[in-house]
Amino acid sequence: MAKKVFKGRVICPGEYLGEAVVSRQGLNTLATFQKSALKNAKQIIGSDQNNPDVYGKNLTGIALVLPQTIGSTTGGLVIQTICQMGINPAALLFSEEIDSLAASGVILAKNWENSKIIAIDKLGKNILKDIKTGDKISISQDGVVTLLD
Amino acid sequence: MKLTKEEKEILNGAQGQTKAKIMKTLVEFGDLFGAEKFVPVTTNGHLVTSFGIGLLKPVYRIMDEIIDAGLKTPYPFTVDPRPIDYKNVKCGLLNKLVFSKIMYSQQSHYEQQLSKIGLKNKNAFTCTCYLDEVGNTPKYGDVLSWAESSAVVFANSVLGARCNRNSGMLDIFGALLGKVPKFGLLTDEGRKADWVIEIKTKKLPEAQILGSAIGMKVMEQVPYIVGLDKFLGSELTDDVISYLKDFGAATASNGAVGLYHIENLTPEAKKLKQKLLKDKVKKYVIDDKELERVYKSYPVMWKNKDAKPTLCFIGCPHLSFNQLIDWTKKLQQNLKEAKRKKVCVRTVMTAAPDVVEKFKQMQEYALLIKMGVKLSSICPLMYTNNPIAGGKPIITNSNKLRTYSKSRYYKDDEIAKIICGVK
Repeated sequence: MAKKVFKGRVICPGEYLGEAVVSRQGLNTLATFQKSALKNAKQIIGSDQNNPDVYGKNLTGIALVLPQTIGSTTGGLVIQTICQMGINPAALLFSEEIDSLAASGVILAKNWENSKIIAIDKLGKNILKDIKTGDKISISQDGVVTLLD
Repeated sequence: MKLTKEEKEILNGAQGQTKAKIMKTLVEFGDLFGAEKFVPVTTNGHLVTSFGIGLLKPVYRIMDEIIDAGLKTPYPFTVDPRPIDYKNVKCGLLNKLVFSKIMYSQQSHYEQQLSKIGLKNKNAFTCTCYLDEVGNTPKYGDVLSWAESSAVVFANSVLGARCNRNSGMLDIFGALLGKVPKFGLLTDEGRKADWVIEIKTKKLPEAQILGSAIGMKVMEQVPYIVGLDKFLGSELTDDVISYLKDFGAATASNGAVGLYHIENLTPEAKKLKQKLLKDKVKKYVIDDKELERVYKSYPVMWKNKDAKPTLCFIGCPHLSFNQLIDWTKKLQQNLKEAKRKKVCVRTVMTAAPDVVEKFKQMQEYALLIKMGVKLSSICPLMYTNNPIAGGKPIITNSNKLRTYSKSRYYKDDEIAKIICGVK
């Protein structure tokens, strides 16, 4: 069977090989990351009670596949902070065009924290269907995401 | 983005490295969304970050950098509510220790930083900066550099101002630079509706549940709502403004709505009518059954789901003056029915400092306090967002607070009965 490949727009480039966690619904940044960040935890455990896809899951160092982020406008600052703390997901992979809050977050992280967080958007709806939490994926510099066997 | 000569100079460091980095951040942000140019910010700012949480180290570091560079906003700004009010929202020693020494250890330092770069005044701490009493009320067509999702959606939808859903930090950057990239909700095209929402309920829907239903359905897209003017009328009265404040907050927190139009009511819908619809729109019909489905879908996050509530927050976003009067009456009626003089659940109502000052001149204030209710300008979300409060059975009529904390949501009438002990 041919490998499933998704090509998107590179916002913050980078390479990654590892596990994916998939949020099929909009990811509420504040609700998802705040609990671990407030506790100054070493890793993020998703804390959004309204999102069973990420609730209770480790989100540090993984590739987070999502449509967009939603919720409070502290969202960008939350992303910047978790990047500064070094507990951020390694990559944010958006099926849709990145939303303004997540965009703020990754641009702030890049310019003000020298973060290496990877961000790719416009990967298409199928990525949410074809990639499942726990699947192994690779990401290349040119914005290609590959679902590995 | 096409930059002017001056903007290019700023980007190249002619006005200092900090301003250059601010410009670079905003240019990259604008480029990502296809902005062609910057447009001037035309009025006061509003910032979302009001809380001096120790862990937000990037904020304090960047603020110091801004202060050291001598930068100030051309217009004064307001900011979201403070996270602490020991006088009116009492807490035990352990809570105080956690709040003052751990969670909000930077509060006083951060407020000093805000003052240095352009904070309006000591009463500037509220999420409802747009209310008349507070006075940060943009005009139709004003361009804003605001964050705070509930304030952005109100300014866009009810006032007809233009603002994107900016994040914390970018709100400060735009306010400092006096410019924001023109894209999205700053353009005529970006303000057109992707959805038609048909309201087919038998009575005026609960604002917080209707907003939640629409937010969860349309996410960041723009809804055009028909059938709501049947209940709300076609004028932005004080009561309608209060309703839309709560409705919008729920659309923004349960989804990511930055702008909505209500047929025959909100300014652009009145002016442009169905010209506001995109060529292809999706449709969502909301009836009483759908609202009940959404209401029933909210999970109860308390450890003991049958626990008796120990605290109730009413006012997220902050209550308007009218709402304070209405809640006083509502509680009076319910206490009479319960044959009680005071509420039986510790209750805190929250409103902007300027609204509280006005309300204190009214006889209803004395009545409300006599009923055992505390009045504060605290941010309920910041208060409940800590490991100690997070474990307590807190109830609220705010869908925003429900979303970001473990607080349990009840409709207005239900919550009035609970806190008054009506069986």
